[in-house]
Amino acid sequence: MAVQYGGRPAGGTHWRLSWNDRNVRSIVYQIAALAAVVAGVWYFVDNTLENLRRLGLASGFGFMDREAAFPIGESLIDYTPADTYARALLVGVINTLYVSAIGIILATVLGTVIGIARLSRNWLIAKLASVYVEMTRNTPLLLQLFFWYMIFLELLPPARQALQPVPDVFLSNRGVRFPVPAAADGWSLMGAGVVIGVVGAMILSSWSRRRQAATGQQFPVVWAGLAAIVGCGVVGWLLGGAPTALDRPALRGFNFSGGVEVSPEFVALLLGLVIYTAAFVAEIVRGGILAISQGQTEAASALGLKRGMILRLVILPQALRVIIPPITSQYLNLTKNSSLAVAIGFPDLVHLANTAINQTGQAIEGIAIIMAVYLTISLSISLFMNWYNRRVALVER
Amino acid sequence: MAEIAHGGTAAPAIRPPVIEIGVLGWMRKNLFGSVPSTLLTIVAAYMIVITVPGIIDWAFLRAVWVSDTSAACKAPGAGACWAFIADKHRLIFFGTYPYAEQWRPLIATAILLAMIVGSCDRRLWNRWLLAWWAGGLVVCSVLMWGGVLRLTYVSNLDWGGLPLTLVLSVVGCVFAFPLGMVLALGRRSHMPIIRWLSVGYIELIRGVPLITVLITASVIFPLFLPAGVNIDKLLRAQVGIILFEAAYIAEIVRGGLQAVPRGQHEAADSLGLSYFNKQRMIVLPQALRMVIPPLVGNFIGLFKSTTLVIVIGLFDLLNSAKAALTDLNWRGFSIELYIFTAAIYFIFCYSMSKYSQALERDLNKGTRR
Repeated sequence: MAVQYGGRPAGGTHWRLSWNDRNVRSIVYQIAALAAVVAGVWYFVDNTLENLRRLGLASGFGFMDREAAFPIGESLIDYTPADTYARALLVGVINTLYVSAIGIILATVLGTVIGIARLSRNWLIAKLASVYVEMTRNTPLLLQLFFWYMIFLELLPPARQALQPVPDVFLSNRGVRFPVPAAADGWSLMGAGVVIGVVGAMILSSWSRRRQAATGQQFPVVWAGLAAIVGCGVVGWLLGGAPTALDRPALRGFNFSGGVEVSPEFVALLLGLVIYTAAFVAEIVRGGILAISQGQTEAASALGLKRGMILRLVILPQALRVIIPPITSQYLNLTKNSSLAVAIGFPDLVHLANTAINQTGQAIEGIAIIMAVYLTISLSISLFMNWYNRRVALVER
Repeated sequence: MAEIAHGGTAAPAIRPPVIEIGVLGWMRKNLFGSVPSTLLTIVAAYMIVITVPGIIDWAFLRAVWVSDTSAACKAPGAGACWAFIADKHRLIFFGTYPYAEQWRPLIATAILLAMIVGSCDRRLWNRWLLAWWAGGLVVCSVLMWGGVLRLTYVSNLDWGGLPLTLVLSVVGCVFAFPLGMVLALGRRSHMPIIRWLSVGYIELIRGVPLITVLITASVIFPLFLPAGVNIDKLLRAQVGIILFEAAYIAEIVRGGLQAVPRGQHEAADSLGLSYFNKQRMIVLPQALRMVIPPLVGNFIGLFKSTTLVIVIGLFDLLNSAKAALTDLNWRGFSIELYIFTAAIYFIFCYSMSKYSQALERDLNKGTRR
């Protein structure tokens, strides 16, 4: 009878408990590991409960319903110090998501441009791009954040002497203030039009793909899609009475009124995150393009494809496969790095939770909330990017 | 040429047109290759011309290099105030370490740097290196703490500046590495419970920012310990960094483990090696060799991340530099200070990343086609 690798006779009716049996050993090891972890956790929890009792600290999330009683500099939802801690933390979560989302979009755009610039045949452009990448990659993000923040606080003039690089855009040590379209029905109708246009473009693209697969006829789907989006937007704007009024910022006394203001903290954080992450994105994009062999380009031009089509149909789909997994971890890094906001005073989740911890002493609960939120965000970004990665991945037999 | 020469007289060699060779040819090819390229060159050159001379003028020509007070820097027309850095360099480099004893962190830093630079030489990669490191770290701790050999004791709460940054990152890496290796092996283990524990730990840590781990270390660690036991802030931060870094090192090592061909495992099994011996003699040497470049990259990241200890109030290089800004006699020279600090970080990180690239090329020599 053949003896299995584990040393236990196959099909035998009895088996002895022996240290020489791999399965027995593995069960013992696992029980030991689990016991060690459980014992460690139990020890820490026991100590913690003891310490909390000794310090007279309450535990539990009851504090979330109490009044927060601290102001928050900027918030996307209504918030006053009379609101609860729960709402204050919600403001933090929204701020974190807001700065991360804008940061991810801008870092992707800037990083792609820089990455392609580094591959440029133009020596000067390639060199400038690599100087940018090396300088930002090799200095700490926190230092860069301090630097940008310092530029706002110390180098920019007070509101009364605000710089005006572009008419109606004001730069001062209170932040950036810029005009926005004044509220009117036309703008929301235009937004609705753009949404309809996007849906139309998506339908159009799937129809043209099916038609090309069936008949081989091509359809200028990019131009038609753009026309649909822009056209529907313009139609909505016109239907709403074609509003043109802008809400312009103007100096009143010591401060501005009108327009929209973003704080120095927000701009510094966003600048720092985008500039730092873009350097990493640039390297990933460059690596992805370099990973596509020259033969692909040559084969595509031998088929008679034009330069733009080679890039769109041959190079990019293959490069994306190489690019997406590492770029996902850069997106995650950017989101996690947004927690450095605490060092320059932007009210993100970590900052507000830290304030709550200092006020209530509920350290464990506060940190549990931070960790839960970040884990949820990380997991969601991972899931989304994995789904996208599967979509672009090579279908193998 | 040879074919033409067959028939009769050889055609005289014609020099290529002057526009195709030399500086002109290079410029034509690399700066003015096409219309868009030419436009880009002109725009970029214009931006360089309007910014760079001003920066050089400010940073060097009009700069104040030596001055005991800020008066000379505040004079109209004065450029960068490097005198500020010169005046504060000991605070920036050594933080709050007792002034008279600062030769000790200086030597310790030199030893640490010498060990790091020495470890870059592949001829020294043998078992003696480990002994050197152990000895070097002992000497460094004696120098930094003192208390023996007639050195006065310096509490590690007074440590600061560049030595602190180096200690946090080097000790963090040295201790996180074995932990990360164990976690990586655990994640690839066939035992489900051990695998789940490793995966849970790695994903939990990688999902949260370092700042949360540091805040946890500074606020919650004391609660975990029995009453009366107290570990200081620096050690808590160090433990936090080690625990954080281990998860990232584990993922890197796992990449290396996955790249070891299956045949190697099977060969080791057929030799009858135990699990421990198989990993020690067959798998890990091959896996670790492959992941040295990403590990160096990870160390660069850690070196930059140590700046986050500012949040829990430790005085690393960046925070010591910021402390220099609080001097009322030297207000308004933040740019100089940040540039100087950034330059220090840049020198470290850039040389490490260049080294990692060279190493990657070197290690790939055998396998590259």
